Amino acid sequence: MPVTTPHSRRRFLRSSAALAAAAAFPLPALAQKAPRVLVIGGGFGGASVARELRNLDPKIHVTLIESNATFTACPFSNAVIGGLRDLKAQQFGYDKIRAGGVNVVNDTATAVNPASRTVRLGGITLPYDRLVLSPGIDIRWGALPGYEQAAAAKMPHAWRAGDQTTLLRNQLVAMEDGGVVVMSVPANPFRCPPGPYERASLIAHYLKTSKPKSKLIVLDAKDQFSKQRLFQSAWKELYPDHLEWVSLSAGGKVTSVDPATNTLSTDFGKHAAQVANVIPPQKAGRIAELAGVANQTGWCPIDPVTFESALVPGIHVVGDATIAGAMPKSAFSANAQAKVCAAAVAKLLTGAKPQEPRLINTCYSLVAPGYGISVAGVYAPAKDMLAEVKGSGGVSRLDAPADVRAAEAVYAEAWYRTITTEVFG
Amino acid sequence: MKAMSAIALGALVLSPVAAIAADPPPGATSCSGCHGSNAAADSPIPKLHGRDAGETLAAMVAFRSGERPATVMDRIAKGFSDDETRLIADWLAAQK
Ligand SMILES: Cc1cc2nc3c(=O)[nH]c(=O)nc-3n(C[C@H](O)[C@H](O)[C@H](O)COP(=O)(O)OP(=O)(O)OC[C@H]3O[C@@H](n4cnc5c(N)ncnc54)[C@H](O)[C@@H]3O)c2cc1C
Ligand code: HEC
Repeated sequence: MPVTTPHSRRRFLRSSAALAAAAAFPLPALAQKAPRVLVIGGGFGGASVARELRNLDPKIHVTLIESNATFTACPFSNAVIGGLRDLKAQQFGYDKIRAGGVNVVNDTATAVNPASRTVRLGGITLPYDRLVLSPGIDIRWGALPGYEQAAAAKMPHAWRAGDQTTLLRNQLVAMEDGGVVVMSVPANPFRCPPGPYERASLIAHYLKTSKPKSKLIVLDAKDQFSKQRLFQSAWKELYPDHLEWVSLSAGGKVTSVDPATNTLSTDFGKHAAQVANVIPPQKAGRIAELAGVANQTGWCPIDPVTFESALVPGIHVVGDATIAGAMPKSAFSANAQAKVCAAAVAKLLTGAKPQEPRLINTCYSLVAPGYGISVAGVYAPAKDMLAEVKGSGGVSRLDAPADVRAAEAVYAEAWYRTITTEVFG
Repeated sequence: MKAMSAIALGALVLSPVAAIAADPPPGATSCSGCHGSNAAADSPIPKLHGRDAGETLAAMVAFRSGERPATVMDRIAKGFSDDETRLIADWLAAQK
């Protein structure tokens, strides 16, 4: 294999012909000059793992496999849907990550073979010493009857940002004043627990300011949700005429949808919508299932110290795909887990013992422009789970004055800039 | 297990990985989720890398007791003991 420097190797690996050649002779780990780590998924978790590993030890060969050439971030995409932000502010490339010495391969991993420690993508095979998966979520198509893949073109989920975000925004813009927007929210667990309620707030804000005769109905499969009292008290104050939340016990659980008529059904009736946003049931990204690291729940059990799969040795999982105990599925969590996982992988590659981690999560939500709220937590391993450290964490104060809400909106933006710079900048 | 020790051995023999200088103490890498290691001077959430350890520790203790008002740091500071906070503050101070 004509590999001399990491740099020429990187260029070498970028052409797929070279990839095919490399694949024909998968070298066993012992013959490698340096340990090889493959990372699948270049989102908040995966891109962070790849970068952090290179920072910790430049001798590790890190390859990041990502389907898309441009990443579109979900945090703040609700502000795009509410007309407060451009989708471009959500998009990031991989040039800086490449420049940091990570070999970024723009392709989709289609199979993992834990026995031979190899990953397949586009007809070629890459070997690994350790594999990290951060594939995010996949939709459980059909789990909500009527919500098959084709339905998303009519009733967008917008739960993976990009075209779906734009579609939902455009539908809201095209809707005549007086229209009814209906949102369906699934049962736990799902990506970004406060996300549906931030979205409901910002859609209501758009309706109130641009289409005041319209209304949003939120049909929920739950009675309780993240930052509930904060959201509900803000809704009462800001959107009394534009947002109606229907809980599970009030008949909110959507049991089927019909994209042909844009109708959502519950056990108690049918809701015809001008715009329907269906946030569907979810599971770990499909590659997790293919690698054998997802259990019957569709999510991935992990060791809370190393984030190594509880099911398949040598494979680590971070981010939304994991069952991370008390840690919610957020970009903040994915990034924090990625840094812990990278440190553990670097240790394991040298035969050293990873240290017990402590992790933080904070999810900011915008209820309106200049009105931010948050939930925070500090987490530590407890048995085979991550548990909240007693006495830590919680939500913003219910009685906080307007200047505190305004400060949290500013901090939310600052967090987004910091994290996207750390991951992609 | 066999595969793991083979890799560990391979790494030791063929790629003597430089000892990672001063591992970050538990929790320290989570702070940079908000306090960017390259945060601009005018960032609303200040950079902590390179900051005097005594200052960081004192702020954390005051956040925890509620003596210093906060939007979020009170909730975060309560997740760390004095000793844990001191380790984080020392490590942050040693970073650039
Ligand atoms: C509306 C909304 C608002 C949100 N707001 C916030 C917020 O304010 N704060 C917050 O912290 N979090 C927020 N989140 C959650 C956040 O987006 C996710 O938790 C985060 O993206 C998880 O990171 P991840 O690495 O697990 O997955 P992702 O960031 O989704 O990355 C997964 C990547 O893997 C790639 N991939 C998957 N399979 C393969 C494969 N087989 N081969 C190659 N590539 C593959 C995908 O293309 C994708 O780029 C929000 C989410 C939504 C939907
Ligand atoms: C969710 C974002 C977030 C995280 C994570 C976070 N901080 Fe903060 N930090 C803030 C904000 C916001 C402030 C301003 C005070 C406030 O409103 O809470 C602040 C203020 C501070 C200050 C005072 C700085 C000054 O100059 O006034 C210190 C010290 C500090 N944080 C330490 C830490 C440490 C140590 C950690 C990790 C254990 C950490 N922070 C994690 C958001 C964060």
